[in-house]
Amino acid sequence: MGEELKVIVFSLAHEEYGIEVDKVRTIERLSPITRVPKTPSFIKGVINLRGIVVPVIDLRGRFGLAEAATTENSRIIVVAAADMEVGFIVDSANDVVDIDTDTIDQPPEIVGGIKAKYLRGIAKFGDNRLLIMLNLSEVLNKNEIIQLEQLEV
Amino acid sequence: MDMNAYLSMFIDESNDHLQSLNENLLRLESDPEDLSIVQSIFRSAHTLKGMSATMGYEDLASLTHEMENVLDLVRNSKLKMDSFIFDTLFKGLDALESMVQDIVGGGTGKADVTGIVASLQSIVKGDYKTAGAAAAPTAAASEPQSGAMLDEFQTSVIQQSIDSGHNVYYIEVEIREDCVLKGVRAYMVFDLLGKNGDIVKSEPSVTDLEQEKFDRSFSVFAISTLSQEELETQIATISEIEKVSVALLDIESLAMLNNAASKQQTPPAASASAPAKGQVEAETKEEVSKQVNAARSQAAATAPAPAPVSRTIRVDIDRLDTLMNLFSELLIDRVRLEQLSSEIRRNDLTETVEHMTRVSSDLQNIVLKLRMVPVDSVFNRFPRMIRDLAKSLDKKIDLVITGADTELDRTVIDEIGDPLVHLLRNSVDHGLETTPERLAAGKPETGTIYLRAYHSGNHVFIEVEEDGRGINSEKVLKTAIKNGVVTEEQAKQLSNEDINMLIFAPGFSTADKISDISGRGVGLDVVTSKITSLGGNVTVDSVAGRGTKFAVQLPLTLSIISAMLIKLGSEKYAIPLTSIVETGIVQKDQILIVHGNRMIHFRNAIIPLVSLSKVLDSPDFNENNESETEIVVIRKGDKWAAVTVDEFIGQSEIVLKSLGKYLTNIEAISGATILGDGQVALIIDPNALIK
Repeated sequence: MGEELKVIVFSLAHEEYGIEVDKVRTIERLSPITRVPKTPSFIKGVINLRGIVVPVIDLRGRFGLAEAATTENSRIIVVAAADMEVGFIVDSANDVVDIDTDTIDQPPEIVGGIKAKYLRGIAKFGDNRLLIMLNLSEVLNKNEIIQLEQLEV
Repeated sequence: MDMNAYLSMFIDESNDHLQSLNENLLRLESDPEDLSIVQSIFRSAHTLKGMSATMGYEDLASLTHEMENVLDLVRNSKLKMDSFIFDTLFKGLDALESMVQDIVGGGTGKADVTGIVASLQSIVKGDYKTAGAAAAPTAAASEPQSGAMLDEFQTSVIQQSIDSGHNVYYIEVEIREDCVLKGVRAYMVFDLLGKNGDIVKSEPSVTDLEQEKFDRSFSVFAISTLSQEELETQIATISEIEKVSVALLDIESLAMLNNAASKQQTPPAASASAPAKGQVEAETKEEVSKQVNAARSQAAATAPAPAPVSRTIRVDIDRLDTLMNLFSELLIDRVRLEQLSSEIRRNDLTETVEHMTRVSSDLQNIVLKLRMVPVDSVFNRFPRMIRDLAKSLDKKIDLVITGADTELDRTVIDEIGDPLVHLLRNSVDHGLETTPERLAAGKPETGTIYLRAYHSGNHVFIEVEEDGRGINSEKVLKTAIKNGVVTEEQAKQLSNEDINMLIFAPGFSTADKISDISGRGVGLDVVTSKITSLGGNVTVDSVAGRGTKFAVQLPLTLSIISAMLIKLGSEKYAIPLTSIVETGIVQKDQILIVHGNRMIHFRNAIIPLVSLSKVLDSPDFNENNESETEIVVIRKGDKWAAVTVDEFIGQSEIVLKSLGKYLTNIEAISGATILGDGQVALIIDPNALIK
């Protein structure tokens, strides 16, 4: 039996993903986003989070999935990692679960179209539900953003 | 007793005293005859000694004590200052500084100072020179402490003061039994007396008092400008003083006191001092009248205008930052309220909001001012630095500082020190010629460096100017081409100013040999990057053979700015007011096309027209669809440009917010702010719009 890990569960393109609870600052409903010019298309802009300006990225776009219109269930999950605060737009966020670190397996090369390096692993919980654990520091990796920018130019 | 509570106060005050010691020693060095400077040096050293002894830093106290001994001789004209003494005192100061630094870093403040102590002692003994002239008076001066209440010298000082109509008091002070820092209280009494006159004699001695080597009471003979009652009440207001009695002395009571004292004294001691008396008398008399004169002039000076006591408290900088942040929040709400009240249109609401606006802009001024610090806090270490540099390079240099009281935001002050050190070192090493070179060029032997600070608009300028050799443009250009900073092709098109700016390029140095001080090619590029990161810029102006001037332009504050809010379709942006020249409207048919670039006529000049919607990829605005467009004319140095916008919203105070670490180096955007409606608006960087 490994350590217990509290995880926030959110959904993105019909898959369930998890982020450790201690990395999540807050979960917000969608608020007006100010566009920031000359940035990759997945960076939606910045929001005012109680006096602090926080950049918001669309996780679908970040992972190269097809972008979808936001719905009533859409949420912004603000995470703090690697000295940065960034908001993720997700389809919905509705659960907090405990998972056993021993049940996290190495991810296969590609899960639901997302490259393995963005993933920490795949956890099983409940009645055979699968949870994809994100590797936050890779998701927020800025070097890759710069490469993306160069591709676009 | 827990000393930690006092530690930060001790450190702050020690630093203050060390700084004033440094400054005054420098002043004294240029004017060795001015004994009033010695007095203030002595006082600082004395306080420092008392404080460190109280805090238990023995090494610090003993080194200060030795320095004080030397200063005491100088103060009493028994020793003439010379360069050896200055150097030793400066060395002593450095040692003290490093000890205090050690204490700041959590150390014990111990250091091996035997070398400095030895040379200080040799100065006191007088055997660093062949002559031992100073030795005899020293011995005499230390003698009377144990015996009589007043020695010859002190008696005659008092007598003369009484004769010339000054108030002389005999003061007895008793300190409360439960007082923890007796020495400090005694010092406060002395400080009070010192401010209003002069202290002739104390029993026990000042040294003993400071080291708390006394029971509960002490007595003082003092000349003062205050009346008996005033003096008594003022001393009584010092806390933890149990009892104070002040007695006015006249010639008779003085004689009585002396008689009583000499009766107690053993006869041999009295007779022993008698023969010595005759031989020093002539000298002493002169001394006394000098001292009395000094005391008199001091009293006269203090009487009409009691030294302005600046009433300050020390506040943690974090608290000020918190205050600033809270105020920013308030400002955002204020703007929101203004909007709402203009929508609701109710008179009393509008009035209340207007009043709140006025109060909050006053508040804003105060909050910003609280964070302002005079640049002196950075400048004050430079005279010493220049002196040492000049000595080590064997150059003669005058540093002229003006505008040291110019104030800048604390955050800017903290960062500006290193760049200025670089610029000054550069001026001393590369700018100013050696003495023979200067003479050969027909210049005065002593080079001058001007360090100026002044306000202009929303900026503060700091200039470093010297009258040295100036920048050798040819050499700069050659080195730049050799180091690959520019190609020969580019070099041909550079103006003289552009060439001068090349010295700020990374890895650039024209110095033929690398010295300790500068010339490694790191420095000037660091200066520019630092200043730019503070939102300022550096320019250089040089005339070959005449000198070089570096001008640093800095923003007054980094947190709240005035800006023009504009609309671009559905989006709102802010343009800093400091770079806006004016606003206007331009008709479509007034736009000229020159070499494929769009230009407009503006005030007898033709300036480029920049399309903001194109720069920012605006999704829903394109000025080409309009027959006339609003423009904002912006300025960067002497270059101008017109920027097209959709609509003006108005002028507003905005709070600068960073975009965070995830979004850095966004083109043409310098930050963000939160508007009254809670939305984020981006702040445009006008410098990026002018190429």
